Order: sequence, then structure tokens, then C-alpha cells
Amino acid sequence: MPETTAATPILEARHFSKRFGGTLALDDVGLTIEAGTVHGLVGHNGSGKSTLIKILAGYHAPEPGAELSIDGNPVRLPLAPGRFRSLGMAFVHQDPGLVASLSVVENLRIGAIAQRRLSPIAWRDEIRHCEALLREFGLACEPTAPVETLRPWQRPMLAIIRAVDETRALLRQSGRQRGLLVLDEPTSSLADSNVGQLFEVIRRVQTAGFGVLFVSHDLDEILALTERVTVLRDGRVAGSGATKEFTREDLVRLIVGHDIPPASETPRAAPRHAEHLTEVHGLAGPGLRGVDFSVAPGEILGVSGLIGSGFAEIGPMLIGALPAWQGRMRLGTYTIDLSTITPAAAIAAGVCYVPGERLREGCIGELTVAENVGLPVLGRFFRGGWLHRRALLSHARAQVMRFGVRPPEPTLALEALSGGNQQKVLLAKWLQLQPSLLVLQEPTQGVDVGAREQIFAMIRAFAARGGSVLCLSGDHEQLATLCSRVLIFRRGRAVRELAGPEVTKERIAHECFGTDIPSAA
Amino acid sequence: MNASGPTSPPLPETAAVAAPTRRSALAQFCHRYALLFAWAVTIAIFAAVEPESFLQVQNFTSIFNSQAVLVVLTCSLVTTLTSSEYDLSAASVLSLSAMLIAVLNAQLGVPVGWAILAALAAGIFVGTVNGLLIVVVGIESIIATLGVGSFVSGITLWVSHSNLISGISNTLVRLVIVPQFFGISLGFVYALGIATALWYFLTYTPLGRQLLFVGRGRRVARLSGLPVGRLRFGALVAGSFLAAIAGVLYAGTSASADPNSGDSFMLPAFAAAFLGSTTIVPGRFNAWGSFAAVYFLVTGIYGLSLMGIQVFIQNLFYGGALVIAVALSILVRRSETREPDIAKEGN
Repeated sequence: MPETTAATPILEARHFSKRFGGTLALDDVGLTIEAGTVHGLVGHNGSGKSTLIKILAGYHAPEPGAELSIDGNPVRLPLAPGRFRSLGMAFVHQDPGLVASLSVVENLRIGAIAQRRLSPIAWRDEIRHCEALLREFGLACEPTAPVETLRPWQRPMLAIIRAVDETRALLRQSGRQRGLLVLDEPTSSLADSNVGQLFEVIRRVQTAGFGVLFVSHDLDEILALTERVTVLRDGRVAGSGATKEFTREDLVRLIVGHDIPPASETPRAAPRHAEHLTEVHGLAGPGLRGVDFSVAPGEILGVSGLIGSGFAEIGPMLIGALPAWQGRMRLGTYTIDLSTITPAAAIAAGVCYVPGERLREGCIGELTVAENVGLPVLGRFFRGGWLHRRALLSHARAQVMRFGVRPPEPTLALEALSGGNQQKVLLAKWLQLQPSLLVLQEPTQGVDVGAREQIFAMIRAFAARGGSVLCLSGDHEQLATLCSRVLIFRRGRAVRELAGPEVTKERIAHECFGTDIPSAA
Repeated sequence: MNASGPTSPPLPETAAVAAPTRRSALAQFCHRYALLFAWAVTIAIFAAVEPESFLQVQNFTSIFNSQAVLVVLTCSLVTTLTSSEYDLSAASVLSLSAMLIAVLNAQLGVPVGWAILAALAAGIFVGTVNGLLIVVVGIESIIATLGVGSFVSGITLWVSHSNLISGISNTLVRLVIVPQFFGISLGFVYALGIATALWYFLTYTPLGRQLLFVGRGRRVARLSGLPVGRLRFGALVAGSFLAAIAGVLYAGTSASADPNSGDSFMLPAFAAAFLGSTTIVPGRFNAWGSFAAVYFLVTGIYGLSLMGIQVFIQNLFYGGALVIAVALSILVRRSETREPDIAKEGN
């Protein structure tokens, strides 16, 4: 066993690669984390961050040739699931994994209590231990308070303290001292004003001798908290080094992979007539603060941002699936109050919403395609006291043929279709109502490449017939392909509007991360 | 990359899905009518074993006539189960309804027509209470109706002083159980009519279709603009109303009311509803499937009792049928979908 010194990195990963089917999600990536430092890991969706973390957690097996040392000791790969614990690693995910109705001490000691089996629990000792931990990491709360009474930012703090406590206990058993804490986007559900307290806990974890791998989308957090940073792009290390050597712009350039966003050749601006616009004024609600925008007939307006920026909440709020605090929507001549809108009222007003989670929110997988398509138009086929089922079926068949659903057989259960075809069915379900505003959420999530183009064609054809489309998406390439205008959200507000030649994949990505590059237009 | 959708060109994809469809046409047919075959086989077996006592026209008419109550109670459960609510109070409503007729008509001398109206109104009232607790307050239906059911049973025992009350007007008895033509009583005709109405409602009205969506995915239904709360409320009221009708038929069948009579209908009705959901329209609670399931189960019990097997067989049969029916429907569903999605649904 090699000698461990203070200079030995707590984690050293070399030649990590991972192939999924034809794509290389991770390509010869190396990562070194020194003990007692916070190491930032940044990158776009699909850059390989989560694949890397899942290899460390033993969820994925890396391709042969990968090497891993923990605290100077080589470890055989792939790791068995759960093996990371005995190696002194702990993971805290975006979902902190706490039971809200149980107390702080119960949540903190749940692992230790679960292993105890028959021996009685000495609650007084548990509480004393808990108090000491809370004091050490500066979390001000009562051990007996239910977790649901904690402030939102205190919950990830508690999850971190629990991870450190459990790791320490395991390290004690194996006679080692140093551990590694992996934080996977712990701040994405928090408002920025409270992130500072979480950072304080992370600092104390660092002081306690742990190495910390901090995964985040947010460059401000990376710059404020980390000593070193690694940027992944397309499965490779795009850059790595001491954080203070990078500027914000450097990091964005590394993440996005382009220097100055090139302008696209053809400006695609739709003519705008004020009287036909769909206008939203002052939309506010959880995660969204006073948003105004308008969509013209025939226009496809894109909306994007990072996770937690609030852009994804617009769709549910426009149709009343998520309560808005205030806001008005004007459709042609009449105005709707968004704080009281219901899905039925929105549909009646000509607003249709195609949710991103197809099988949870969009349609019922075990029912047939015809039944799913027919749901919003049942009234049309109910004449003389009978639902004309054959007419309904042939209507569904016509819709399915029109939009190229494969196989074009409406009597199949929807879940028997591929993701792309399910999405076409869902679009057909709403497009048959000829809405004036179509709100799409991640319209090509889980959709194969061929169907993607067909779905784009459906959306474009709808817009060409004079419909307005609002496309909420984190897929920048898709927005650049579809939209003539894109709104960028940061921290609950629309901070930027890109139009015409500015609408490129790279430019959208730059704006989402929020650098202040001079406008190209 | 997405892992779920095949990236193959459209043509092979079509072939891949279309082929199993054709192959499964026969399987689908067998699946739809499996219970009817099983029923026929049961009859054939008993006919072979007990040719003298079983194969009597009188036996069949008696089976048909006596089970009208169970058919209607099962229809009540099909209504609530379609909206994904468990109504455990249905059997208690049956007892209350029968007992109200007995007390009002036999003891207080109220004309039987008014007594029936009071019984039906009581059913609607209990359904409204269920609706308020489940839809407005938000209690899980299985808990709310367990409590309401016990409460209603208490009222039934109270108004009857825990006694069997007999002497219900002969008018009702004649209108329900006395054989009218070919040994068939009107009670069976009512049950047939109610099953037909339920079939019409679930198959041929937009409301029935909407209720199905509410039951399968409340969130999907809401986002599709359906009035989810009103539909659930309506299903609960309709369910209790049907249970009250079953109580009226029960009062007519026995010309008396026993405060505990409803309890013995609870499990058979659930067994028939779940067994019924594996046939005729497999995978859905449906009227004719339940109708067939009631008579399949009763035929089995009747035949076994003719062979001299004791009363406990009823409990074994109904309990076993309930569990097997639910297990079968889960297994069939798992084999139809490409991957076992039990774990997926848990999340």
C-alpha cells in the first residue's frame, strides 16, 4: 500500500471513458481532487458530468483502461454499487433525500438507526450527537424539529451534514481520515440570496479535511466557492486549473466551445400586428418574477434558460396547472387573469399546452391512440344520445395519418408506440382543436432523430397557418432551428431577447450562462 | 441520446409493431371471452357430475333471480372503480336502504313507494358525504368510505334496534322476486337494465370516457381540461345511488331487512368487479364483464353446494376469485407491455 501524505490527492481518476450505443458520453477524462479543497465541475447538459459522477457512484461501469485512486490507493473498476461508501465517498444530490415529516435528528441518524436492528435507540445520546454536529457545521435548528419546518436552504445543508457524519463513521471503522463529498447541483432549487449559508457549510466540510466535488450550472457559484475547476464539453475535459486563473468569460467559452457566437445567415422575423398578438403581462409565481412577452400569429417564440431559471414554469402557469400569483394574458380581443385560470378555461380560450412529461401529464399510455386523441373532441361525436365510436375512430385515424404517426393504427395502446410517435399523437390531440396559442414544453424530449424533424414540420406548419407557438426548451439547437425569437431567463426573469441572426445555438447557450459579451447585432 | 425510441427508419418500425398486432388478434379474442368459456366449462362439469340435480331449468332461473342484488351492487363498484375510487361503504348503503324500506313500510306504515324514494335519497346523501370527504377535503377514498361505511352500519343497527324486520309490502316483493315469465323475475330484468345503462354510459357517452381518463390519470385529465373534481364527485354519488337500488331489490327479494345483510355482499361484489375487468373489455372495469363474473361465481358456488360442500366454500370461492382476478389482470398487463413496469409505476 503506497504511503499517504498530505499532498496525496483524495481522488485521482484517469482515462475515464464511457460509451452508450454509438455515442461516446465520456472520452478519456481525468479528474484530480486535492484533500481540503472544493473542486468545481461544470458543463452543459450532456457534457458528461453526470456520467462521470455515476461511474464514481458505481452506477455505470467505465470502459476498460480507466484508473482510479482514492486517497493514494488504487481501486479496482468498475465499482460495485454502494462501494463508494466504504471508500470514504458521499453523494448529495439535487433531491436531498430527507423525510419531511420526521425530525432533524431522525433524518440525520437514519442510517445509523437502520443498522442497529434490535438494540434500543438511546435518543438522548442521538440528540447530543446531533447537536454537536449542527454546531460544528453552523446549522441553527432544533434536533427535534420536523424537517418540514426548516427553511428551504437548510435542507441541503442537513443532507450534507448527514453525508459527512455517515462518511466519518465509516472512515473511523477503516482507520482512515479523509473523505470526499460529491455535491450534485445542490443549489439548483434555491434562491440565490440563501446560497451563502450553504456555502458556509461546505467551507466547514472542507476545513474538516474533506475534498469536495461541487457540480453546478451556476458559474457565479463556481467562481465564489471553488479552488479548482474542471470544465467538461462533449465528454472531454475542455479545461481545468485553479479557479482564480479563469474569468467568467473563459469558463463560458470552455463550456460552449465557441469564442464569439457566429450569426446565422437569414433573419427570420415574422410580421407583427399588435391586434392579433398574444400578450402576457406581469406573470409572477413561484420561481418567476414579473414576466412580459408577446407572440405574433405565425411566430414560434423560444424560451430558454438554465434549470431553475423559471422558464419551464411559464407553460404550466399559462394554463393554470401551476398556480400563478398574478398576471394577465390577452388573446386578441379578450383578457384572461392568469392567477385564476384553469386548464378548461385556457383550452376554451384557445391555449393548448403540450407538457414535457408525456406519459405523466400528456396522455394515458395504457389507453389507445384513438382514445387519447379523441378526449378533447368527444362532444363533437356525441349526437342523438350516442358517442359515434366508429366516426371517432376514423377521425383519429385521419389525424394519425395526417401527422405521420407510425404505425398509423389508432387502436393500439399509446405506450406501444415509440417516444417520437407518442409525441406526434399528443400534438395531434391538441392541434385538431386549432388553438390560437400552442405552448410546447421540451417538445422533442426522448424523441428519436427522424421523428424530431417530423415534429418540427408539424410545429412549423401550424405556425404557417397563423398559429402562435411558445416553445419552452433547454435544447438550444432545437430553438435555433425552430424559432425566430428566443427569450432567455435567468433567476426568474427574462433578461435577454435574441432575434434574427442572433438566434444561434451558441449564442443561446452564452446568454443562458449569462456573460456580458457585446451584442452581435 | 434517447434510449426508448428506436432510431430505425419508419418502415421496419411499422413492421415491428404491426406483426405482433395481427398475431395477437386471436389471443385478444380468447382473452376477451375467457371468462365465458370458463363459465361454460363450469356448467358442463357440474352437469356431468350432478346430472339430476344441477341441470334443472328451475336451478338456472333461481340463480338468475337471486343474484340481481349482487349485479346491481357490482355495477355500483364498477362506477366508482372506473374513477379510481374504492367505495367500501357501498354494502353498508345497501343495508341502510333495505332497512329504511323495512322500518318505514313494515313498522311505520308508510306506502312502499315513498319508502323506496326515502331509501334512494339516503343513498344519494351518503354518496354526497363521500364526495365531500374525498374530493373536497381530500381524504383517501379507501379510508373515507371505510369510516362512512361503519357510520352508516351504525345507523342501520340503530334504526332497526339490531333486529331483522320483516313484513315488507307484497307489492315490492311481487315487483322484484316473484317469477313473471318463463320463471324469470322482474328483479333480474332490473339488473339487466342497470347493467345495460352502465354499459351505455361507459361506452357511448363522453362522460363515461372522461371518467375513464380521470381514473387512469388525474393529472392528464386535469391538463386536458376535464372537470376532474366534479367527475369524481359524480361517480361517488352515482355509486351510492346504485348501492341504494341494490338495497331496494334486496328488500323486495327477502320481504325483510337484516341489519347485517349487506356485509355478505361486499366481497362478492369486489370479486365480480375485478374478475369482470379481465373479460369482455379486458383491462377496464366494465358492465358486461362484471355481469358475467357474478353469474360465473354464483354458478360455481351453487354447483359445489349441490355436491354437498358446506357453506364455507362461499368465502373460499369469492376470496380466492378476488385475489386471482387482480393477480391475473396484473400479469396480463405485464406481459402486454414490453418491460415490467411495476417498479416504474411505483415512482
